[in-house]
Amino acid sequence: MQDFASQFSQAGHLILTGDPDLWAIVMLSLQVSVLAVLISAVIGMPVGAALAVARFPGRRALIILMNALMGFPPVVVGLLVYLMLSRSGPLGVLELLYTPTAMIIAQTVLVTPIVAALTRQVIEMLAEEYSEQLRSLGVSRLASVPVLLWDARLALVTALLAGFGRAIAEVGAVIIVGGNINHVTRVMTTTIALETSKGNLALALALGTILIGIAVAVNAAVSALTLRTEQEGLRHA
Amino acid sequence: MRDLMPDMPNCLQADGLRVERNGKLLLDVPQLMMDGPGPTLILGPNGAGKSLLLRCLHGLIKADAGQVMQDGGVLNAAHMARQAMVFQQPVLLRRSVSANLDFVLKRLGLGRTARKIRIQELLAEGGLETKARQSARSLSGGEAQRLAILRALALGPETLFLDEPTSALDPAATQMIEAMILRASARGVRIVMVTHDVGQARRLAADIVMMQGGRVVEHGTAKQVLEAPQCQASRQYLAGWLVT
Repeated sequence: MQDFASQFSQAGHLILTGDPDLWAIVMLSLQVSVLAVLISAVIGMPVGAALAVARFPGRRALIILMNALMGFPPVVVGLLVYLMLSRSGPLGVLELLYTPTAMIIAQTVLVTPIVAALTRQVIEMLAEEYSEQLRSLGVSRLASVPVLLWDARLALVTALLAGFGRAIAEVGAVIIVGGNINHVTRVMTTTIALETSKGNLALALALGTILIGIAVAVNAAVSALTLRTEQEGLRHA
Repeated sequence: MRDLMPDMPNCLQADGLRVERNGKLLLDVPQLMMDGPGPTLILGPNGAGKSLLLRCLHGLIKADAGQVMQDGGVLNAAHMARQAMVFQQPVLLRRSVSANLDFVLKRLGLGRTARKIRIQELLAEGGLETKARQSARSLSGGEAQRLAILRALALGPETLFLDEPTSALDPAATQMIEAMILRASARGVRIVMVTHDVGQARRLAADIVMMQGGRVVEHGTAKQVLEAPQCQASRQYLAGWLVT
């Protein structure tokens, strides 16, 4: 028990003294996940919005597929990205395996379906409300997409935060494509896994604490935005 | 039918309109012409097909049969661009009051300065000068409907459709909106408005379309319809019977 308390004490010390190794890992994690979420936003939001407003054969099947991809196992994503980026893979020539870029790609693959699916849901609901009014104002289906994306901005930030939550807490895919190389591709989750197995609980606990802090902050932001979005809706009702 | 009123400016006509859903006839309007000056009010009980007719006239719903004619030609995108519609429940963008107006003015291709001036004019027209920066979604029901009308007027429409714009409003808010409608009508905008309210029809209408069960049962000047209704359904409705 004393040892346990001592590990916590050391973890607190690492955080409060600004241990450079610890904060380098935190910064790399944030960098990788934020970039992955931004790329996912650029891909997923227009795709989700287009699926919400467009009508074409196979649309329902695409929505089901996209929803299914939200629950895609990270290790499988890691494996597929690994195969793509490995020396003998189609993108092997880029030599991205075991780099932060490979981790960003893997997280983008994981997060994009989440962003796209949540965007589709949000935009579809808003499109239903706006549909006749926008048509009456002479706005075509295609031209309505940026209007809807802008007007759903609060709900869409929530979708991005959900994606970020998934990315920052992910371990399976990034450990496969990143390799957990010290000072190169070691992020919070992979370090926690490694240091725990080595018995270095202080660093693992320190990173775990920061990770939980980030998760709580993200969820608090999601709750605040959801509340504000609901209030906007209620005001209108 | 195309040649009925070929030279009449802003003449709106329904010709053999039929809308069916799940085998049920919802709208059956063989002939309806709106070519006179002053507001046309469409009156009738719930389910009479008033809103459906309005949507068909504006091109939001395509009838299963028949057509809408504008100025002697079949309603097309160019005609629709010269029309605007205000809905029973105002649909406002999740932006400020002035941004809602700016959205429409931008689409018309107006420059920044021209838009600014026009927004001020419109806000003054609707008595919303002090609300310019406020979120449109935080307006009261009457203010929201006034903004929806202003946004429609910002398009500079030749025809303005209004679907029960005052149904959920108190008398003061109704009065402001009716004044806006009459001013628009006086400027030459053709007003086609759905209402349940016989009193409103008395205050606003130049001519009245009475509907029941998806059909136009009577169409005439307000004086004719209100003072000497020709059909029993009109007489009962105007007498305040609970017509269904």
